[in-house]
Amino acid sequence: MIKLIGVEKKLGGQAVLQGVNLTIPVGKLTTIIGGSGSGKSVLLKHMIGLLQPDRGEVWIGDVEISRLSGTKLNDVRKRFAMLFQGAALFDSLSVFENVAFPLREKLRMKGPAVAQRVEEKLAQVGLEGMGHKFPAELSGGMRKRAGLARALVMEPEIILFDEPTTGLDPLMAKSIHDLIVTMQRRFGFTAVMVSHEIPEIFAISDWVAMLRNGKIAAMAPAAEFLQITDPDIQEFISVGGTVVLPGSHVG
Amino acid sequence: MVLNMVERLGASVVTRVQEMGRMLLFVLSAFAWLTRPPFRFSHMLKQLHFIGYKSTFVVVLTAGFTGMVLALQGYYSLRKFGSEGLLGSAVALSMIRELGPVLAALMVTARAGSAMTAEVGIMRITEQIDALDTMAINPMQYLIAPKLVAGLIGVPLLVAIFDVVGIYGGYVVGVDLLGVNAGSYWNSIESAVEWKDIYGGILKSISFGLIITWICSYKGYHTRQSAEGLGTATTEAVVLSSVVILVWDYFLTSVLL
Repeated sequence: MIKLIGVEKKLGGQAVLQGVNLTIPVGKLTTIIGGSGSGKSVLLKHMIGLLQPDRGEVWIGDVEISRLSGTKLNDVRKRFAMLFQGAALFDSLSVFENVAFPLREKLRMKGPAVAQRVEEKLAQVGLEGMGHKFPAELSGGMRKRAGLARALVMEPEIILFDEPTTGLDPLMAKSIHDLIVTMQRRFGFTAVMVSHEIPEIFAISDWVAMLRNGKIAAMAPAAEFLQITDPDIQEFISVGGTVVLPGSHVG
Repeated sequence: MVLNMVERLGASVVTRVQEMGRMLLFVLSAFAWLTRPPFRFSHMLKQLHFIGYKSTFVVVLTAGFTGMVLALQGYYSLRKFGSEGLLGSAVALSMIRELGPVLAALMVTARAGSAMTAEVGIMRITEQIDALDTMAINPMQYLIAPKLVAGLIGVPLLVAIFDVVGIYGGYVVGVDLLGVNAGSYWNSIESAVEWKDIYGGILKSISFGLIITWICSYKGYHTRQSAEGLGTATTEAVVLSSVVILVWDYFLTSVLL
């Protein structure tokens, strides 16, 4: 379980997080929504220790990570994977080498075992036979798929998705959403996604939380979130168009 | 008004001292991570290839012409005193003590240092460094430490090449074009150059290798998240490295002499 207690963070003198209290359910897909610049990505980076809070606590299971560093923090990070906005693939490595990277560098795996696992993950994300290509040769959607394959290859307990569909056309965004939810259902990892894709996220998420003014304004199961009467929340979720009810997006 | 100026001056000094502290912690952290497994020798060799081998052409070119122009200038100065025979020692001592380490280091800064800042900076902007962190792979150990080691080994080797090529460049102009006796040229080098000159050159080149990789990788690592930030970081890295090389050269020379 990921739990944030009273997390505060200032960046460049501006208070981005002002006392975030949030509990992410295990084995579920939780999406964090909120306006641009509201601190969603900052919040996500606190969960994996890329940023440390000025105040407050970040618990991963029974470990409080906000003051950890070095090897102790790395031990906690082994439970995580993260898909970045731009996929963050290593430019100098092919897709195959990118996906194989954590296996080779962390598990010190070599030879056919690496190839087998990498090919398996590439097939799962629909990138069979694309291992030889370099990130610069891939489209935005393919890069996200390759990033997802790299995130999945270590079979982590928790995967963080930082706006995984930013910059993609609606069809490609839908296919990435489908892929995320399919993988989440199949492997059962805890997924935390930051997204602007309203109303699509209500169809794929188990839980939805909204970040507003540096705090969690509301958190509820996706279907119940739609019933929240707060006018600001209603305004935010209704501008995206018709809300599709949970379960209707993926068969 | 005066108080404001003092405040601004104070703030500027504090910022610079903090930056220097961060730079020191940066390099100490990289060396600390260097001692921990896994040891990535292949990464170090790759960086050595990039900093050393790929800089060879530009270093040879610069060295050749530096030696040639030194010989040309030296010949006409020494001829006034009838001492053309000392041309070899003049060229060799200038190359080994000063010009070899300094010019080679400046060329490496321009070619490899700037590319290093850009590479690390792009990795920062595109979140590739964050990706390393999330995979529990320390970027200092994976990315920065091999560059420092490659700088410490690669720059002295390039300086050695620079010295040899420069001395031969001086030979071509002095002996082949201007008619200085070949035996005098080599003899004067043998009698004038002492081991402490060579040690001094090596010591300088090792410290320059550290300065280049340290400053350039630090500036890349702390690039601000924009294309403009990357441009600024690259410029700052090249300018700061070059200035520190020249300043450090002065202090080291004053100690070694």
